[in-house]
Amino acid sequence: MIEHLIVLLVVLPILGAAVPPLASLRYDRVGWAVATATTLGHAAFAAALAWTVWTDGTVRYAVGGFAAPYGIELVADGLTILLVALVSAVSLGVLAYARHAGPHANTFYSQFLLLVAGLSGMTVTGDVFNLYVFLEITGLAAYGLVASGPGARSAVAALKYLVIGTIGASLYLLGVGYALAATGTLNMADLSVKLAEVGYDSTLVLTAFGLIVAGLTVKVALFPLHTWQPDAYADSLDSVSAFISALVSTVSAYALARVLFSVFTVDFLEAVPTARWALVGVACVSIVAGSGLAVAQSDVRRMLAYSSVSQFGLVIAGFAIATPLAVVGATVHLVGHAVMKGGLFAVTGIIERRTGATTVGGYAGMGGRVPVAAGVFTLLALAMVGVPPAIGFVGKWYIVLGAVDAGVWPVVVVLLASTLLTLAYFARLGERLYFAEPTITSGSTAATDGGESVSTGMIVTVVVAAVLAVALTAAVPVIDQLIDQTVFELIRQ
Amino acid sequence: MTLDLLTTHYNYYAVALLLGIGLYTVIESPNLVKKVIGMNVFQTGIFLFFITLAFRNGGNPPVITEGAGPYVSPLPHVLILTAIVVGVSLTAVALALVVRVYSEYGTLDEDTLEQLYHD
Repeated sequence: MIEHLIVLLVVLPILGAAVPPLASLRYDRVGWAVATATTLGHAAFAAALAWTVWTDGTVRYAVGGFAAPYGIELVADGLTILLVALVSAVSLGVLAYARHAGPHANTFYSQFLLLVAGLSGMTVTGDVFNLYVFLEITGLAAYGLVASGPGARSAVAALKYLVIGTIGASLYLLGVGYALAATGTLNMADLSVKLAEVGYDSTLVLTAFGLIVAGLTVKVALFPLHTWQPDAYADSLDSVSAFISALVSTVSAYALARVLFSVFTVDFLEAVPTARWALVGVACVSIVAGSGLAVAQSDVRRMLAYSSVSQFGLVIAGFAIATPLAVVGATVHLVGHAVMKGGLFAVTGIIERRTGATTVGGYAGMGGRVPVAAGVFTLLALAMVGVPPAIGFVGKWYIVLGAVDAGVWPVVVVLLASTLLTLAYFARLGERLYFAEPTITSGSTAATDGGESVSTGMIVTVVVAAVLAVALTAAVPVIDQLIDQTVFELIRQ
Repeated sequence: MTLDLLTTHYNYYAVALLLGIGLYTVIESPNLVKKVIGMNVFQTGIFLFFITLAFRNGGNPPVITEGAGPYVSPLPHVLILTAIVVGVSLTAVALALVVRVYSEYGTLDEDTLEQLYHD
């Protein structure tokens, strides 16, 4: 049993996803209960796996007993379990939010669990083709979730997401084809050895790198490949946008780090400086363009979506610099961003339900009407800007230190400039919330006030997110210790 | 030399052509159904690429018998079998979304949708 933990992380949510449609034959609203039970099981497995990795080191598992490199291998190291724990925790948080916020359809929770399965699979897999399959499972579930919104607008957003996401995943698959042509293997550990044997200057290897990175960059939503993301986040339900904004791009960025360090390795980045600087360049452009576009938005959820484009630029820049400090910083920021952005999307949902406000102008004077939600929003926004002692500060700080260490000054400059821009768009909202006269009066939103109540569970969820955004800073030494060994191994390879 | 490449590598030309046509259709066509078709053509190009990789001159089907080698690699075929399943699921979801968009807005034209949004 204990040695099968890692595969159960994927199998359990898939089995759970099959239950709600079957239960629909007799019962209406059991989806939430099934999803919660399954996710709790997932969290228990994740905790047990984390304990195993913590005490015994990296876990390797041959699926079906077929030994690597011929069979599919699942691998859990410090970095993996951090992400698995994040997937579990955020899923539980979203469930707590969705209990009242809905949707309540059984099929919604099937897709929810499929997404959990896909994300878990992406984190634990040690095989590049297997990663493609999980990438597509994640994608399919995410498209379905985005489309579950009430209006047809969400269907348009989902279709756009689907077409662009599929092209991204297909580019990744094409890159895997080139790597397979060069080496004849799909196992990540095996690939890292054989790619070096083929030679990093081989056209096949370089093309594979370009296509794989381009494909994953679409999924991470770096500028200019982010165009699916604002619509998908802004036109979906609040439960959905909190869920996918916290996890889907995050796990894709993790997959990109895996490919960089476990497949191509730091030696490749050293041998082909063009590849590294191209990645750093894209990341820097993404940081600036994302912040700039966020400042220009009037819709709050769109602003948050563009802010993600910028923050993921930061994370990818940290990974591309590839010094231990920068990689730890990027990982901390990856986790911190998931908590903060998920919380921000959830709290915009609460504010919209309470007051009907969705735009920067509409937020005027809401600090008095919804004090708790406005407080949480402000706290998370400040954490995102990087005000100490919030987690957003620690991640950025490490990335800056790593960049200074490596002498990558453009990243330092861009990062500091982007912090100012982040402050610009969040300060504008803070000013509206607390110092402006209300533009929406309670009378004009009476209809929404009556129909859409806010439960204690929803409030507790966002408050927990806000507390975590600060408390995680205290956990940074533990995270550091957890991933230090892994990062060291990955970078020393 | 050039002629030789043309006659022996025509599969790769087909791959490049399919990838190009597919990507162009996705980007250029305003019609949502045609975008989905373009997506499929693009994926088909990748399928053909993998299958071509597996081939070797004089290779036999990968059923191990005495003195039958060399074999054609079976691995890319298996991968593409999986990728085809993924492609079919994606197309199904995409078409379901197209149906929903059409029943709501009565159009499949991206530009018209854009205008509807701004009105």
